[in-house]
Amino acid sequence: MDKVLETIAISKIYKNGASTVKAVDNSSFWFSKGEFIALVGPSGSGKTTMLALLAGLLRPTEGNIFIDGIDLVNLSDSERTLFRRQKIGFTFQANNLVPYLTALENVELMLRLNLQFNPQTAAHAKDLLIRLGLEEHLYHFPSQLSGGGQQRVAIARALIHNPTLVLADEPTAALDTERAYQVVEIFSSLIHEQNRTGIMVTHDLRMVEFADRVINMRDGKIVRIISSRDEINQLARIGRQENENN
Amino acid sequence: MALYLSSKEIIRYKGRYLLFSLVIALITTLVLFIAALAQGLADANKQFLDKLNADLVVFQKNVNLSAVGSQITLNKLPAIRQVPGVMAVGPIGLSSGTLVFNDNTPSLDISLIGIDPRQLGQPAVKKGRALQTNQGRQTVIDSNVATKTGIKVGDKITLRTIINNKEVYNTIEVIGITDDQQFLYAPSIFLPYDTWNNFRPQPTPNNNTPPTIANIIAIKTDNPAQSILIAESIIRRVKDVEVVDRKTAYEASPGYQAQQSTLDTQRGFTLLIGILVIGGFFQIQTLQKVPQIGVLKAIGTPNNNIAFMVIFQIILLTVIGITIGTIVTLGLSLILPYGIPIVFSGKNTILAIISLLFIGPIGGLVSVRLALRVEPLAALGMN
Repeated sequence: MDKVLETIAISKIYKNGASTVKAVDNSSFWFSKGEFIALVGPSGSGKTTMLALLAGLLRPTEGNIFIDGIDLVNLSDSERTLFRRQKIGFTFQANNLVPYLTALENVELMLRLNLQFNPQTAAHAKDLLIRLGLEEHLYHFPSQLSGGGQQRVAIARALIHNPTLVLADEPTAALDTERAYQVVEIFSSLIHEQNRTGIMVTHDLRMVEFADRVINMRDGKIVRIISSRDEINQLARIGRQENENN
Repeated sequence: MALYLSSKEIIRYKGRYLLFSLVIALITTLVLFIAALAQGLADANKQFLDKLNADLVVFQKNVNLSAVGSQITLNKLPAIRQVPGVMAVGPIGLSSGTLVFNDNTPSLDISLIGIDPRQLGQPAVKKGRALQTNQGRQTVIDSNVATKTGIKVGDKITLRTIINNKEVYNTIEVIGITDDQQFLYAPSIFLPYDTWNNFRPQPTPNNNTPPTIANIIAIKTDNPAQSILIAESIIRRVKDVEVVDRKTAYEASPGYQAQQSTLDTQRGFTLLIGILVIGGFFQIQTLQKVPQIGVLKAIGTPNNNIAFMVIFQIILLTVIGITIGTIVTLGLSLILPYGIPIVFSGKNTILAIISLLFIGPIGGLVSVRLALRVEPLAALGMN
């Protein structure tokens, strides 16, 4: 299998006076095309730091990160900005969308940034939003959309420019159960359908049901990588039970 | 991209941005009015000396260039005339009086200016004719007098002055009207020198004796570029005089410098307030947009695009505000009652507008810096 993303012994260490905190500790893994990965773990386990490292938003203190064969560690700030623009798609937990652009304009924004905006790609953006069930909301501003609607627009924006890697930070955090399932299911199916690599950070174990692999982090370390469908389903069941108990 | 995003934002939040443009418009109006007031008050003080057809003005020595306080005996004229480079000279008498009217027109305080029509100092007449002789009961009035009182060429006017502690009334005929020639905050009327000498306020009547003194002497040189050298030459050859150019002469008028520097300070402070208001507004705007800027950076928007977005918005809003403010100011100037010392000169207005155009970008520098310092990690709530 082609390695789309590979990390080699990456660590991120924060120094605060005499004390040091290892937010990510000596982690190595790789993913291939068409995989949808869930990155799970308790608060403070290093999930978001790992996501920031994979996105090129942070430089690792040690180790290397290869995406499409390019080592992010060796890129300058402006090269990393360009890399993110071309190779990475993002959805965030909150403030995802530009508030003064309509749903369609938010998706088109990635095309404009990559100088790919033309009638064909604009039509593709529209089709993608329609496919995500937003036909009635193409010209609505983010404030006029529900939380689920906003996440679906963000997913469309993350995919429209054909990125290598799609990263989602807690995409279901602000959604009710039904919408959370809808959003992750759509996200997962588009990743598989478009043969991209998707990584979703989530604290909600129920959502791992749609993942091909689950990476469990604790105290900055990868404690387990789960690839077995049975084990993943088992984890999702635990998540559902925890949710019911709460 | 930057233009696209910033114009979309302005269109989306047009109410907020329009309101802010109106704040800039108000600042513009204030700055333009202060500039016009400075010009108007300066004109009211200096117009006569500024428009005098002379390169140099002679004052009595040690009177701090006070035109009214200066007294120069006319027997110095031949000596001044003989100085190389002096082409023409003209004695000028300066005093004040009041025009009184039989009808309900209120009396008008005026500057009473005596000139010798055969010599230098005659103002340009735009209606009627100029004074011809050094005597006679004739006058050329400043257009301010004509506008304020309705006096026309051919009218007879009554001048009241105080001589020997008594009010003396003289009737004179208006033969011409000049453009604005205010002096010491009063409109002017010009009289033949001998007539001025008889009518001017004085402790005792002079019984038609020929004048022996002037307040100042106007000098035209054959080479204005050499004026300083000629002035020095006059000072060397003629006793007890001081010679300066016209600008120095009117800047020495009582209160002129203090008044202009006060208004300049007001204008400076208004511009400073403008910088702070614009800076404050955009800083708050940028602070509110930190997560949004973080998302834009995270998805790959270059820093220069982010900076240009902020700069474009600042410049656009400043230009809109200044345009509205200038239009409002010019509109207001059309309906202001006559007599208010507000003069919109092209040069001053353009200078004020240029300085206003700079306050936006200067005020916005902090917010540009702030926007550039937002980390893309802010999108992940990690900043």
